Amino acid sequence: MCSKRFEGSSQYVATDDLKLAVNAAITLKRPLLIKGEPGTGKTMLAEEVAAALGMPLMQWHIKSTTKAQQGLYEYDAVSRLRDSQLGDERVKDIRNYIVKGVLWQAFDSDEQCVLLIDEIDKADIEFPNDLLRELDRMEFYVYETRELIKAKQRPLVIITSNNEKELPDAFLRRCFFHYISFPDAATMQRIVDVHYPGIRQDLLNAALQSFFELRGVAGLKKKPSTSELLDWLKLLLAEDIPPEALRAADGQKTVPPLAGALLKNEQDMSLFERLIYMNRHNR
Amino acid sequence: MLIDFFYTLRDAKLPVSVKEYLTLVEALKERVIAPSLDDFYYLARMTLVKDERYFDRFDAAFGAYFRGVEKKSELAFDIPEDWLKKRLERDFSAEERAQIEAMGGLDKLLERLKELFEEQKERHEGGSKWIGTGGTSPFGHGGFNPEGVRIGGEGGQRKAVKVWDARAYRDYDDQVEIGTRNIKVALRRLRRFAREGAAEELDLAGTIRSTAANAGWLDLRMVPERHNNVKVLMLLDVGGSMDDHIRRTEELFSAAKAEFKHLEFYYFHNCVYDYLWKNNHRRHAERTPTWDLLHKFTPDYKLLFVGDATMSPYEVLQPGGSVEYNNPEAGAVWLRRLADHFPHFAWLNPEPERLWEYRQSVSVIREILGHRMYPLTIAGLETAMRTLSK
Repeated sequence: MCSKRFEGSSQYVATDDLKLAVNAAITLKRPLLIKGEPGTGKTMLAEEVAAALGMPLMQWHIKSTTKAQQGLYEYDAVSRLRDSQLGDERVKDIRNYIVKGVLWQAFDSDEQCVLLIDEIDKADIEFPNDLLRELDRMEFYVYETRELIKAKQRPLVIITSNNEKELPDAFLRRCFFHYISFPDAATMQRIVDVHYPGIRQDLLNAALQSFFELRGVAGLKKKPSTSELLDWLKLLLAEDIPPEALRAADGQKTVPPLAGALLKNEQDMSLFERLIYMNRHNR
Repeated sequence: MLIDFFYTLRDAKLPVSVKEYLTLVEALKERVIAPSLDDFYYLARMTLVKDERYFDRFDAAFGAYFRGVEKKSELAFDIPEDWLKKRLERDFSAEERAQIEAMGGLDKLLERLKELFEEQKERHEGGSKWIGTGGTSPFGHGGFNPEGVRIGGEGGQRKAVKVWDARAYRDYDDQVEIGTRNIKVALRRLRRFAREGAAEELDLAGTIRSTAANAGWLDLRMVPERHNNVKVLMLLDVGGSMDDHIRRTEELFSAAKAEFKHLEFYYFHNCVYDYLWKNNHRRHAERTPTWDLLHKFTPDYKLLFVGDATMSPYEVLQPGGSVEYNNPEAGAVWLRRLADHFPHFAWLNPEPERLWEYRQSVSVIREILGHRMYPLTIAGLETAMRTLSK
C-alpha cells in the first residue's frame, strides 16, 4: 500500500480538488487525465508531483506523428540491415535491435515513477486506443522476442490534453479526470507569491487587477493565462515599472505597459485598444 | 451503495459507465477521501465525468440529488445513508448495537431520523425528541443516548454545496457555448488526411520490405507527405436578421479560415439566387454568378451554408421573390441545384433550434435540404461535420 500523498509544493500551488485527484490516482494506481486552458500548469504538475514525492519522472511528449508503438519499443531494422551487410556479430540476436520506449522504461523501473504523457490530443485519433491495455494492465507483449513486459511498479501516469481532439470513451473510462479551471484572484495571488516572493504588494495588486480586467474583455481570441501573467510580472519587475503606471492618473483604464506579454494576437490588441479609447470618450 | 446516485446521473444524460461507477466505489473503499460531502463531490466528478462539457450537468444533478435531503434541516442530512450505516457499524460496540436493535434496528433508526427531519424545521438544543445538540434524543450530537446518531461533520458541507450550486462550468456545456477555439476543434472533424503530390518522405516499412525482396540490396521507397486535403465552400448569409448573429458567425468564419487550407467563401442575402458576392462592400459591383460556382468547384468540395433561414417563404419559393432584385428562378431551385452538385452539404443556423418550428421558411429550407440543418452550437457543429465527412 502506497502511503505517499501529494500536498502541493513550494513551487506549485495546487487547489484542494487537484490534490485529491492526484492522491486518488496514486492510491488506486489509475492514470490521471488533466485538461485545462493552455498555460494553467498541466505539464508542470507532473514535474512537481515527481519532485514532491521523490519519484523519478519519465516524459513522453506527443506529436502529430507519434505512434503508440514508439512508447513501447521500436525495432531498429535499419541498423540491423546495415550490421548484416557489414557482417557484425550482433546481428544474430534480435534483442540488440529492440529500442526501449518511454513506457517500457517506466515499467522496468525498480521504484515507482511518474510517467508524463504530454499533449495526448496531438496524436492520431487511434493513439489512445492503442494504449488501452498498456495503461490498464500495465503490460505489453514484445512480438520480436516473444516476451511479456509487466510493470514492476505501476507508474503514476499523468496525461495532459489541450482538447484539440476528443478522446475515445474506452480510454476515458480508464482514467481519472481533472479539469484545471482558471485560478480565481486569491489563488492567483498565491501562485504569484510562490514565483516572485519579493514582489511589492501594491504593484502586484495593480497588476492582478489589470490582468483580470483584461481577461474579462469579451471577444478576445486568446485570453491571457497564468503563465503569461507570470511572464508579464517578470517584465514589469525587470523594467522596474511603478504600480501607478498601470492606471492612468484619473483612475481610468489604460493599455498596461508591456501588454504584448499578455495579448499575443494583433487583433486582440487592437480590440483592446479600441475598447479603452471608447471608454475614455464615453465618459 | 450509491446506486440511486448513479442512476440520477444517467437520467441527467451523463455518459457514466458501470466501470467508472465501480471505480468510484473502489475509491471509497480505499478511503481516498475523508467522509465529507465536499471531497465526495470532487471524487465523484473526477471518476465519473471525463469532459468539462458535462461538469455543469453533473453539478445540477449532484445538487438535485443531495439538495432534497439537505433542505430539510439546518443540520444538513446530506451524507449518503450507506455511509452513515457503515460508520455506525464501525463506531458502535456490540452491546450498543444490541441497544440499537432494541429500538428496532438500524433501518428503523434511520427511518425515524428521516421522519424527524420532516417534522423539525428549526435548530434544536436539549430535549428528548428533536434532533439537536446535547439532548437525550437518539439524534444529533453531543447527546447521551447510545443509539444516538451523530449528524453533520466539520461543517465543510456548506462550502461544497456552493461549489456545485455556483454552476461554474455552465460555459463549458456544449449545448450553449461556442468560441473560436471550440469551433476549431469541431471543424477538425472534417480533416481528411491523404497522401498526394510529390513523394518526399522515406517510406521506412516499404523500404525494408523491398530491400528484403531485393536480397538485401538497399531499395529506397518514398511516399508523399500526409496533409489535410479537405476542401470547403462556405456560403454566408449577411445583413438583415443575421445582424443579431454577427459575433458567432464571425467566430465560425475565423476558425474555418484557420483550419482549412482550401476554403472558399461567398456571401448571399437571405437565400441563394443567381448571384453571390465575395466582398460585402462592393456587393452590387462585383458579383459572381452562382453558375460559375457550380462549374468551378468540383463535387468533392464540402458545401456549408451559414444563415438563419428566416425570411418570407416567398423569398424561397417564388421566382422574383428576392427582396433585392427580380430573380428569374426561385431560391428553392438554386438550393436544390447546389445540393445536387455538392453531395456533402450542411446548413448551419445560428438561431436556437427551439425557434425553428415557428419559422415557416426554416422548415421549407430544411425540407429542400433533406433536413441537413444544424444549430450553430458545438454539438450542432459536430453533427454537421460528421454529416459532411460521410
